Amino acid sequence: MTAEIPTVDPEAAPGPDMRAEQGRNALTGSRGGKPRRGGGGRGEQAMVPEAEFTSYYGRQIVKPSPWEADIPAYFFAGGLAAGSSLLAAGADMTGLPALRRTARLGAVAGLSFSMVALVHDLGRPSRFINMMRVAKLTSPMSVGTWILTGYSPFALLAGGAEVAGMLPFGKGSRVVRLLSLVGRPAGVLAAVGAPPVAAYTAVLLADTATPSWHTAYRELPFVFVSSALAASSGLGMVGTPVSQAGPARRLALGAAAVELAMERQMERSMGMTAEPLHTGKAGRLMRAASALTLGGAVGSLLAGRSRFMAVLSGAALMAGSVCTRFGIFEAGQQSARDPKYTVVPQRERLQQGQPVRYHG
Amino acid sequence: MAEAHPVGFQWVMEAKARGAKVIHVDPRFTRTSAVADTFVPLRVGSDIVFLGAIINYVLQNELDFREYVVAYTNAATIVSEDFRDTEDLGGLFSGFDPESRTYDPVSWQYDGQEQEGGERQDHEQQRDTASALQHETHGMSIDSDIRRDETLQDPNCVYQVLKRHYARYTPEMVEEACGVSREAFQEVCDAWVSNSGRERTTALIYSVGWTQHSVGVQYIRAGAILQLLLGNMGRPGGGIMALRGHASIQGSTDIPTLFNILPGYIPMPNALDHGSLREWIDSVRHPGAKGFWDNAGAYGINLLKAYWGDAATAENDFCFDYLPKITGDHGTYRTVLDMIDGKVKGYFLLGQNPAVGSAHGRAQRLGMANLDWLVVRDLFEIESATFWKNSPEIETGEIVPEECRTEVFLIPAASHVEKEGTFTQTQRMLQWREKAVEPPGDCRSELWFFYHLGRLIRERLADSSDDRDRPVLDLSWDYLPEGEHDEPSAEIVLKEVNGYEIATGRPLSSFLEMKDDGSTLGGCWIYTGVFKDGVNQAARRKSRHEQSWVAPEWGWAWPANRRTLYNRASADPDGKPWSERKAYVWWDEEAGEWTGHDVPDFEKNKPPSYRAPEGSSGIAAIEGNDPFIMQGDGKGALYVPQGLIDGPMPTHYEPVESPFRNPLYRQQSNPTRMEYVRSDNRINPSPPEDNSEVFPYVFTTSRLTEHHTAGGMSRYLQYLSELQPEMFIEVSPELAAERGLEHMGWCHVVTSRTAVEGKVMVTERLSPLRVEGRVVHQVWLPYHWGSGGMVTGDSANDLFGISLDPNVLIQESKVGTCDVRPGRRPSGQALLDYVAGYQSRAGVDDDHYVSIVTPAKAGEKSGAAPTDEESSP
Amino acid sequence: MIAKNSFFGPSDPAPDTGYKDPPPRKGFFTDTSICIGCKACEVACKEWNEVPDDGFNLLGMSYDNTGSLNADTWRHVAFIEQRKPLGHQQPGLRQPAVDLGMPAMGSTNGEPAASTAVATEETPDFRWLMSSDVCKHCTHAACLDVCPTGSLFRTEFGTVVVQPDICNGCGYCVPACPYGVIERRKGDAGTKNVGIAQKCTLCYDRLDAGQRPACAQACPTESIQFGDVDELRERAQARVDTLHEAGIMDARLYGNDPNDGVGGTGAFFLLLDEPEVYGLPPDPVVTTRDLPQMFNHAATAAAAMLVGAALSFLGRRR
Repeated sequence: MTAEIPTVDPEAAPGPDMRAEQGRNALTGSRGGKPRRGGGGRGEQAMVPEAEFTSYYGRQIVKPSPWEADIPAYFFAGGLAAGSSLLAAGADMTGLPALRRTARLGAVAGLSFSMVALVHDLGRPSRFINMMRVAKLTSPMSVGTWILTGYSPFALLAGGAEVAGMLPFGKGSRVVRLLSLVGRPAGVLAAVGAPPVAAYTAVLLADTATPSWHTAYRELPFVFVSSALAASSGLGMVGTPVSQAGPARRLALGAAAVELAMERQMERSMGMTAEPLHTGKAGRLMRAASALTLGGAVGSLLAGRSRFMAVLSGAALMAGSVCTRFGIFEAGQQSARDPKYTVVPQRERLQQGQPVRYHG
Repeated sequence: MAEAHPVGFQWVMEAKARGAKVIHVDPRFTRTSAVADTFVPLRVGSDIVFLGAIINYVLQNELDFREYVVAYTNAATIVSEDFRDTEDLGGLFSGFDPESRTYDPVSWQYDGQEQEGGERQDHEQQRDTASALQHETHGMSIDSDIRRDETLQDPNCVYQVLKRHYARYTPEMVEEACGVSREAFQEVCDAWVSNSGRERTTALIYSVGWTQHSVGVQYIRAGAILQLLLGNMGRPGGGIMALRGHASIQGSTDIPTLFNILPGYIPMPNALDHGSLREWIDSVRHPGAKGFWDNAGAYGINLLKAYWGDAATAENDFCFDYLPKITGDHGTYRTVLDMIDGKVKGYFLLGQNPAVGSAHGRAQRLGMANLDWLVVRDLFEIESATFWKNSPEIETGEIVPEECRTEVFLIPAASHVEKEGTFTQTQRMLQWREKAVEPPGDCRSELWFFYHLGRLIRERLADSSDDRDRPVLDLSWDYLPEGEHDEPSAEIVLKEVNGYEIATGRPLSSFLEMKDDGSTLGGCWIYTGVFKDGVNQAARRKSRHEQSWVAPEWGWAWPANRRTLYNRASADPDGKPWSERKAYVWWDEEAGEWTGHDVPDFEKNKPPSYRAPEGSSGIAAIEGNDPFIMQGDGKGALYVPQGLIDGPMPTHYEPVESPFRNPLYRQQSNPTRMEYVRSDNRINPSPPEDNSEVFPYVFTTSRLTEHHTAGGMSRYLQYLSELQPEMFIEVSPELAAERGLEHMGWCHVVTSRTAVEGKVMVTERLSPLRVEGRVVHQVWLPYHWGSGGMVTGDSANDLFGISLDPNVLIQESKVGTCDVRPGRRPSGQALLDYVAGYQSRAGVDDDHYVSIVTPAKAGEKSGAAPTDEESSP
Repeated sequence: MIAKNSFFGPSDPAPDTGYKDPPPRKGFFTDTSICIGCKACEVACKEWNEVPDDGFNLLGMSYDNTGSLNADTWRHVAFIEQRKPLGHQQPGLRQPAVDLGMPAMGSTNGEPAASTAVATEETPDFRWLMSSDVCKHCTHAACLDVCPTGSLFRTEFGTVVVQPDICNGCGYCVPACPYGVIERRKGDAGTKNVGIAQKCTLCYDRLDAGQRPACAQACPTESIQFGDVDELRERAQARVDTLHEAGIMDARLYGNDPNDGVGGTGAFFLLLDEPEVYGLPPDPVVTTRDLPQMFNHAATAAAAMLVGAALSFLGRRR
C-alpha cells in the first residue's frame, strides 16, 4: 500500500469535494420507522467502569512525563546547590569560614550532579547543546537553562576559590591569588543567581497538563525553595562544627516550618488532584518527607549544639528534601496515569456550567 | 460490505447522503450495521426462507411489476403437468432418484418440451462436471412456440407454480426459521418493494460468502427471482452484482481458471459426449434454439485458432482433438482428496493459499504433503509453501518434515502494481493498469512465468515425434518478450483475446465479425471489441465530467461495451422508457433503431414489433420484446426447467450442519449436494439424526477489514498485522456466561474435523436468536490466520468439512455446527483423540455417516411439514 | 516576543507567529458519524510518514488494537460498543427477548457486567461508535510553548510540527499536551527518530506539494475532511445542525470553539458522545495559560528564599 490510495486520476474519480458533500450528509439512523423512546441513560452507566466518571477503557488521557529519577534527583541537587550558595555567601560575609567551605563545596557538588542528571535524562544526550539554540520565555525549561547558565560559573568560581584556599602548596601562584580575589564577588553573584535556580523547577513541573503538578502551581515554588533551603542548611549542619553552624540551624528551622506549612496549603488548593500525594509510592515518599523534615527541624532546635545530633538532623533534612522532590514528582506521574484526575475536574467545571472560555 | 469492501462502501455512504435507507441483514452486527439505519440479524443459512418469504409477500399481494413480468419473464409459460413441487413430495421435486441423489428433470420442462429439454439432461454427470450451469450462461435449449398464458391464471403457468411453491414462506415462518421479528421483516419487504417499479429500481449486491453454501446458487437464484418480479433487471440502478474478494475474480471466470469452462463461458468438452468439434459446438448452440449462442461455432473455432494458429485448419477440426477433455469431477476439492489418495503428482498454486483459505485445511495440507512437486507463486512465503515444516499436522505427527515427499518450488510473484494488464470488475468492466514500479529481485508477472515455462517446455520437446506432444508444440506461442527480463507484452495478449482478421491483422470490433471458417481468431469472444480499432479500449480514462453519466468511455465493459446487460428491458414492450426518470435505452421510431445512454444490448435495428417467423431459430427467433437475448426463450427465468441440479426453484434446505430440523419440509438439507463420504471428511449430525446436540452452536466465518482473505497479503505486513494481531472468537455475553468464557481469555471451537483456538471476544454485537422456540447461539470467527507471517493463529477454515453446492461445486464454508469450550485446545496426538471423542459421541465415527436423503417416518404423510405451520398469511 | 492572546483566546496562529501573509490555516474536520472504522487512515499515515508499528497486541478493546495516539500511532481509530440509541437506528439486537438471566451489556472493555437487565428488555439500544483521533494542532499548543530547543514550530499553515534533527528528546512536550498526543519514541538504537518527540505533522511535506494529508486522502467515506479551518468550521456546524434536525441529538462538535481552553484546535471533531468516551479530555486547557502567574509565584518564592537566608545570618554569630 502507499498513501496514494486512488488508482485513478482524481478528476475521473468523484472529486473530493463532491464526495465530501455527499459523505457529509449521510444520516445514519435519521429514519427507520418507529420513533424511539429516548434515553441513553443506561448507556452512560454501561459505559462507566466505576460509576462516577467515563473513560475510554480506563486508559490514561494525558501522558505521564517520560522522565525518570534523574529529574527529581536534579531538583534536589539543584536546590541543594542554590541554597548552599546562599549560605556560603552569608557565611563569607559574616566570617564563618567552615560553614562557607561546606556550602561552597556543596554548591559545586550539587551543581555538577545536576548537569550530569540533566544531560542523562535526554532522549538524545549528544544534543544537549540544542538547549542553547533559543531563549524561550514560554518554556520554563529554556528559562531554567539560562538561569543555570548564569548561575553556574559564579558558583564554580566561588567553589574554585575555596579549593584554592585549601591547597597546601602554591600559595604564591598567580592563579590561586586571582581565585582568592574573585572568590567573594563570585560567591555574592552566585547567591543572587541561586534563588531562581531553586524556584524555576516548580514552574517546570507546574507548566504541564499533569494534573497533580499543574494544580499545585501557586504553592509549589514555595515548597521547592524551602525544601532547597532545608536541604542546604542540613548539609551545613552536617559539614560544619556546631560553633559555626548557627545560621544553618536557624535557616533549617525556618525552611522546614515553611515547607511543611506550604505543603499543607498546597494540598488544600489542589482539590482532588491532591489524592496521589497520599496514595501509592508518592504517598509513602510524602509521608517520609514530612517525618524527616519535621524530625530534622526538631532535632536542630533541641539538640543542634550536639555535633552528633546536628549531623543526624542535617542528614534527616537532606533526606526529607529528597523525599519531597521524589514524592511530588511521583504524585504527578500517578495523576497522569489515571484518567480520573483529568476527566473529573474538567467534567465538574462543565457540569457547573463553567467551562474554561476566553472572555476578552 | 464496510468490513470487506470499505472502498466500495463509500458509494453506499453517498447513497445514504442522497436519502437512501441502508438495511443490513447479517448474522452479526458489523461495521456495516454500525452505519446502517436498520440491522436485521438472522440465523446463518436461513436466507432462502427470508428471500422466499419476500417473494411470497410480493406474489400474495400482487406487488410485482406486472407488465414487465408478463412481457419479459417466463411467468406466463406453462410448465409440464407432470411437474410435482416440494410441497407435494416432502421437500423433493418430481423425478428424484434416491440412488444417485439426482433428478430426472423431464417433468420440470415446459409443457410440450419434456423430451426436447429433458433428453439433454444427465444431472449426475452435470454435477460431476459442474456443467449444469452452462444453461444459465448459454440459455436453456427451448424450442420456439412454447405455450403461454399471459393472464397468469393457468394453474400450471410459472407464476402460479411459483405462488404455490412459496405459499408457506410466511412472516411467521421467517420469525420461526430465521429468528427475525415480523416488524423487521416487514420493513425489509416495504423498502424493497417501494423502491422498485417504473420510477425506481433496486440493486442487489452480495458478497461471495453468499455463494459458499450447499444451496449457494439457489441463494442467488432467489435474489434473481425477486429482482425479476420487481422489474429490476436490465434497468439502470438495478441488477445483481457480486462483490468479489479479489480485484479480478470476474476476469478469472470470463477467462477462467476453472476446469469446467473455457474462455467466454464455452463449456469444456467432455470425453463421453464430445467426440468431434461438431458435437461439442452443437451442445452449446442447441440447434433450433433462440439466442446468440447460435454462433457458438464461430466462438469455439476462433478460440481454437487463437490456441493453435496455423496448425488449426478446417481439415483437422481446428485441432479440436488437442483440447483436453474432462471425464468427471476435476474440481479443487476432488483434486485435493485425490492428492491425499496419491492420485495427483504435481500442483500449481498461484496467488492462492489453500492451507489457510480453503475449507478443511487439514485435508488441503495432507494433500499437498503427498505430491511429487508443488509450485507456489506468491508475494510471500505463505503456509501453502511451508506446510511441510510448520502446519498443525507437524504437531500431530501426520506430517513429518524429514519424510514429507513433496518438493516445493516457491517462486516470487510480482504484485498488481509491478505488472501491466487488466482487471475485470463486477460490472464486467475491464480497466487497464500500467506498471507503477519494477518488481523487486526475482519477482515476475504470471504472464512472464507462463510464457517462459511454455517456451522452455517447447524447447525440451522440440524434436519429439510423439503425438501427445503436438498440442504443446503446435501452440502459437509468440508474445514478443521485451526488456531486460524478457517480459511478454500484455497488450499483444489482449489483442489476441480481442481477436483479429488473420489475413490483415485487423482487430475485430465485435464478436459478430467472428467467422467459423478459420479466417479470424479470438481468444475470448465476449471480450471482442476491447481492442476495437487497434485501440486499447480498457485503458480509456476519460473523466466522467466530460461524458454522459453512464461514462461509456471509462475502461471497457463486455459485451460490446454494454454497461448494463439485457438493457432492452429498460424500455417497455413497445420500446418506450418505463419512465422518464429511468430512461436508459429506447426505440427511436424515426431512425428505426435502438438508442439511449448505453449501448443497446439488442439487435440495433430490430423493432419492438418484430415477431419471429415460423420455424426460425437462433438470433432470428429473438422477438422484438425478448430482452434476455442469451436465454433460450428470450425471457428472464423465474422458473428454471434446465440448468439447476437441485431444482427449478429455490427451496429452503437447512445447512448440511444445523442444530434445527427443516421447519418446512421433511427433507432436511440439499439432497443433491456433492459430498465426499470418507473417514477424513466427517460431517456433524443434524436433526433428525441423533446426537446433533453434541454440536449445539452455529458458527460462521468472514473477513476483517484489516486482513485480506487467507492473509497472504496482510499477515506479512507490519502495518496490517498490528491492527488485528491475533486470532479471536466472537461470542455473545450470554454464550460466554453459558460456557464460562472470559473476555480475552482462551477458548476453542470444536467440530468433527478439528478444534481451533483463539482469544475470546465477548461482544453485544453477537446476539442470541430465538429459532423454532429455542435460543440459538451463533459464534463468529475471522479466518485470516495461519502458522506463517508476523501474526499467527489457528485457521478457522480447518473447522469445515467438504460438502459442495451441486451446481458449481462451491463448498459450504459459511455455516456449520460446533461446540465451544473455555481454554486452549489440546495439541499433538491429544488433539486427534479429543476430536475422535467428539466424533464418537456424535456417532459419526467408524463407518457411520449422516444420511443425506431424509427418510420418511412411518405414518408421516409426504409433504406435511414437521412444524404445525399452515400455509397462507 | 509575546503577542496578544499568545497564551489563551482566539488567535490566527501563523500570522501571530510572525508569518507575513501566510496561506489560510489548514486542519482536519473528522466527522465520526460517517466513520466506518476501516483504519485506512492509520495505515496510510504510517506508510507515508514511515512510522514504525505499534506492537502486535490484541487489546480486547472492541476492534482497537493500537490503543491510543502515541509516538508510533499518529492516527488512531477508537471503537466504542454502547448500550445507547443512535438517532432512530434500529439496532435489532436481542430480539425477540431472550430471557436467560444472562449478563447484560459489558462495559467498554467488553467484559459482561454482572446484571440480568437484558432479560427484561425487549430491544436494548446498541450502537458501535468509531472515531479517528489525531493531533489537534492547537491554536495555543502547549507542546510548542514548552519546547526548549525550538524543535517544535508553527508552520505557515498554522500547524505544529517537530523538527527531528533539532529535538534533543527532553520530553517536556509529553506531559505538557492536554490531549496526551505527543510522545518520545522508544525502541532500540536502530529505530528511526528514537528518543525524539513524535506526532502528526498534518503531512507538512504533502501540504508543501499541494497534496492532502495521507489519512484524508485514504479515508473512503470522507469522514476525515481536510481543508481551510474557517471553511471546515462552517461545514462542521452545518453538519451538526443537519444531524440535530434528523433527531440525532447526541451530535456535538469538539475543538471548534476559538474561545475554548486551547483557543480552538486545527483538527476538530464531530462526536456522538461525551469526549471522555473517546478518550478525549472534556474541557482541555493549555497549561501555559497560567504561566505568567506561575512565574510570579516563583519570583515571590525566590525573593522569599533570599530574604529567609539573609535573616538566618542576623543576630547571634554563634
